[in-house]
Amino acid sequence: MSKVVEGLYYASSHEWLKIEGNIGIVGITDYAQSSLGTIVFVDLPEAGTAVKAGTEFGAVESVKAASDLICPVSGKVLEANPEAADDPEAINRDAFGTWLIKVELANPSEAKALLTAEQYRPLSK
Amino acid sequence: MEEFLKTCLYDRHVALNAKMEPFAGYWMPISYTGIIEEHQAVRHACGMFDVSHMGEIRVYGKDAVAFVEYITTNEIASKPNGKVIYGLFLYENGTCVDDLLTYKKSDTELFLVVNASNVAKDYAWIVDHTEGFDVLVRNESDDWSEVAVQGPQAETIVQEQMGIVLTDLGFYTFKEVVWNDHDLLISRTGYTGEDGFEIYGDAYAVAEVWDLLAHSGKVLPCGLGCRDTLRFEASLPLYGHEISERITPIEAGLGSFVKFEKPNFIGKAALLKQKEEGIKQKLVGIELTEKAIPRQGYEVYSGETLIGTVTTGYLSISLDKPIANALINAEFAKIGDPIFVLIRKKKVPGILRNRQYYKKNYKQ
Repeated sequence: MSKVVEGLYYASSHEWLKIEGNIGIVGITDYAQSSLGTIVFVDLPEAGTAVKAGTEFGAVESVKAASDLICPVSGKVLEANPEAADDPEAINRDAFGTWLIKVELANPSEAKALLTAEQYRPLSK
Repeated sequence: MEEFLKTCLYDRHVALNAKMEPFAGYWMPISYTGIIEEHQAVRHACGMFDVSHMGEIRVYGKDAVAFVEYITTNEIASKPNGKVIYGLFLYENGTCVDDLLTYKKSDTELFLVVNASNVAKDYAWIVDHTEGFDVLVRNESDDWSEVAVQGPQAETIVQEQMGIVLTDLGFYTFKEVVWNDHDLLISRTGYTGEDGFEIYGDAYAVAEVWDLLAHSGKVLPCGLGCRDTLRFEASLPLYGHEISERITPIEAGLGSFVKFEKPNFIGKAALLKQKEEGIKQKLVGIELTEKAIPRQGYEVYSGETLIGTVTTGYLSISLDKPIANALINAEFAKIGDPIFVLIRKKKVPGILRNRQYYKKNYKQ
């Protein structure tokens, strides 16, 4: 049974979003990491890259396959997590503790279209 | 919903909490404890694979050897009984129907092991070409299960656990034994680049072998996930990737398994022509110089020119480098030349290299 953290927003493509002021922090869920298996490579955008809700912003890759990362919100990338890039297995160990990118939110109300923990839980089984 | 078959070890895989996926019509284990751990077990100790999905076809008769020499690329007549011979079935145009192992029991009985996904196609192909040959062909795929035990410790562990002498079994040879009242066929073969054995028997026999090895605690169950990473590093081809109905063995670098000295075999004329005229596409190795993972189907460029596609690629577990096989325009196939692989709209730089990624560790 995968872990789901209360108080975060979720996308049906298995990313989580935490909002701090006008900054969105994005990662993948525990369910996503467990479905992927050992993550061996993370491809993340550089700071300054524009991202758009519902579109690809990078990829997480297991031995076998690459899985696109879909951005839950629009905005500008402030930072990609160097820790995730250096040690991709950190995502396997702690998917909610290992964020991937921080985004300056262009439109914070986009989060309303995402799922709550309660709504996401059935998708993580 | 499509129904998939189960091997005799299915319940054991589920009990081990393996990640199961449909493959070649069967529910097969992709991994148990993780692809990397399983890969390392085979490289450094011992792992075992359920490969009961493989196809087994027997050819009997006075013309068995002549017939199989006609429908496959390698030489069989000159080989002793007890030898295993790698070869390919070709279409008339020289491209690949499949690859196979031929187990030579005698001049009148050969046991062919083919890819699971191609059993029906191969069997039909074989039967369609029997005219003029005194042979009987039987698809025995449903009767056989198989476990592959692979790794540098395989010989010691299998001998000690099963009580069968294997030190006398040479590379690519086989023997038939009676073990615990079961008939087994054991060959020193595999698909990992390591020493090891493939053990064939009926469902009861193979289940007993699996349980014995599993309970020894010395052999790690391994899934199809690491089977692919292992065979790729050892530059062993996989049908649908390095060989296919669009690729000839010459293009795939498998010319040493094609014996042109034979009077005739299907595809010979086309391959001779290709040898004379030169090949247009060639299988090469790629090593990326930036960290990214080249995967099957990704495009390969020389400058702005699209020159081919990746057939298999990984962040190699043994080498910790992004490497790939690619089928490219032969004019560009020069070792050391810079290329790009298009990965998520980015051109990632690399160089062309040989395909000897991992030095095979066979016991001769």
